[in-house]
Amino acid sequence: MTAISKQAPTTARTAASRRAVRRGAARTGLYAGLTAGAIFAGFPVLWMLSSSFKSNANIFAYPPKLFDGSFSFAPYLAVFSDPVEIGYFANSYIVALSVTVVTLVVALLTGYVFSRYEFPLKRIISIVIIGVQAVPPITLLIPFFGIMVALGLYNTYQGLIITYVVFTLPYAVIMMTAYFDSLPKEVDEAAKVDGASSMSILWRILVPISVPGMVSVGLYTFMISWNEYLFALTLTQTDDRRTVPVGIQLLMGQNNYLWNEVMAMSILGSIPVLVLFLIFQRYFIGGLAAGAVKS
Amino acid sequence: MTSSLSMAQNDQRKRAAAPAPRRHHRTLKERLEPYLLIAPTVLLILGLMVVPIAIVIGYSLYDNVVTNPNPVFVGAANYVTILTSPAFWGAAGNTLVFTVASVVAHMVIGMAFAMMLNSKTMARVPRAIFRAIYILPWIFTASVVAVLWRLLLDPSGVINYLLTSLGVVHDAVPWLGTASTALLAVTVINIWSGYPFFMISLLAGLQNVSTDLYEAARVDGAGFFRQFASVTLPALRPILYSMALLDLLWTTQQFTLIWATTGGGPLGATEMLSTFTYKLAFNSYQFSMASTSAVLVLAASLIVAVFYVRRQRKEAQ
Repeated sequence: MTAISKQAPTTARTAASRRAVRRGAARTGLYAGLTAGAIFAGFPVLWMLSSSFKSNANIFAYPPKLFDGSFSFAPYLAVFSDPVEIGYFANSYIVALSVTVVTLVVALLTGYVFSRYEFPLKRIISIVIIGVQAVPPITLLIPFFGIMVALGLYNTYQGLIITYVVFTLPYAVIMMTAYFDSLPKEVDEAAKVDGASSMSILWRILVPISVPGMVSVGLYTFMISWNEYLFALTLTQTDDRRTVPVGIQLLMGQNNYLWNEVMAMSILGSIPVLVLFLIFQRYFIGGLAAGAVKS
Repeated sequence: MTSSLSMAQNDQRKRAAAPAPRRHHRTLKERLEPYLLIAPTVLLILGLMVVPIAIVIGYSLYDNVVTNPNPVFVGAANYVTILTSPAFWGAAGNTLVFTVASVVAHMVIGMAFAMMLNSKTMARVPRAIFRAIYILPWIFTASVVAVLWRLLLDPSGVINYLLTSLGVVHDAVPWLGTASTALLAVTVINIWSGYPFFMISLLAGLQNVSTDLYEAARVDGAGFFRQFASVTLPALRPILYSMALLDLLWTTQQFTLIWATTGGGPLGATEMLSTFTYKLAFNSYQFSMASTSAVLVLAASLIVAVFYVRRQRKEAQ
């Protein structure tokens, strides 16, 4: 670069400076675009955060300010001191964690069988498992309502848990099968010849080396269960069984004016997913790329 | 290498030593074992997916189920009623507009953001910061997104303040409460909440495009747009196609966002097939009509799903 500019000073310098100008313009354009995008993506979130610290009287203050004199943790304390709102969180954790455990165990068993056994009905069963993923929730809602009432599971944790297990199972089975397929069969075949039972092969040999796959499936399952709204709304009735997404809407309906508390609850309700995302980012991205971490 | 070899020898020794009757017992047990292990999955999928679909199809063929103890079989009459109802077609039209606009915008914004993040002129730290900001909307569930945007779009909210200050609108507009703007408003909200899914997958895709291809295109004198059209787009087409179909499937099924912002109103301006079906069942207790609508939604979803599966299979080959 320097050698060239020494040999032909004038032409090289103008060409280089023109290139530098063009590169500078492209850079400015890029950062302008990036900033515009950041405002579009981030401003609503920033506003939610700032509103959750305002006094309710200042929510619609004119002109609006991101941070005004009313900054306090009072809206959060209001959420924490309301047993009903704390109950929504407890319910969400009970349901989402139970679903995650049940789905993982059932998907491990099924994934193991799909990956390691050949049997007559395998093809049909796997086609059904793939196919039911396309069934719209609204189609299942009406029969589910009837089934849950008939089974006495309406307005119970068990009703919601079994519902979410069924919703998350197809994807979980497909993911676990793919993960087991990626593990060499020699590992468990050697153990089998040594007289190990299928169960001890699965739990003692395959599960310990399948942790990354299980984390992906667990995150997906937890998120779907934590975020679900339609069935939580329809299959529960009383506050002591409502989950956070439904609770937020109820808070809006009852206390139409407590915007700051609703925003605080929204932030608190989003924290589990945010924390899981920050810890397990690469699993999320992997799951996303594979195709379905979104309700 | 040596260990696997010795393992194979070990195999043979063990196999030879195993007593015959025990082996016979194991094969029988082994034949039953897979069925036993998949029983929970099969029972759950059968009982709570296949059976409910059969039930909802059955419901759609009777005059009125659930509320009427002795429903009468009416064949396709409910389908005729629904398919000739302007309310159904209104909801179908809204769903189509909402879905197509959302999917196209998700794709365009996801692509634009992914390309900006993938730009080589950016250092690692700003890239990580912008990436984190761009992923933000994805963290929030539809119920939270709905209350947040109700706050933002309120007549005395911050968006109306900015728009009136900039002179874009004269007076504050209740975006979600006005029949002519509500569909636009819910679509914008859905665009905001859904693009990160595209962005993340496209970013992963972009990082897999060989830089040699861009190098070669640049040597041939291709500018930015030519490179985009001849290198980037062809490389990302499989991802774009699959994601568009998935998004189409999910967006047509969107319920929460609509329900928690407008409830389908005002005056049906944002009524979607999902809210239409829900209201038939749980607001007016016409469970047979609701089931009919639900079966039609299922049929539409299956058509999209067939395209998706066909695409995946083609890719796998």
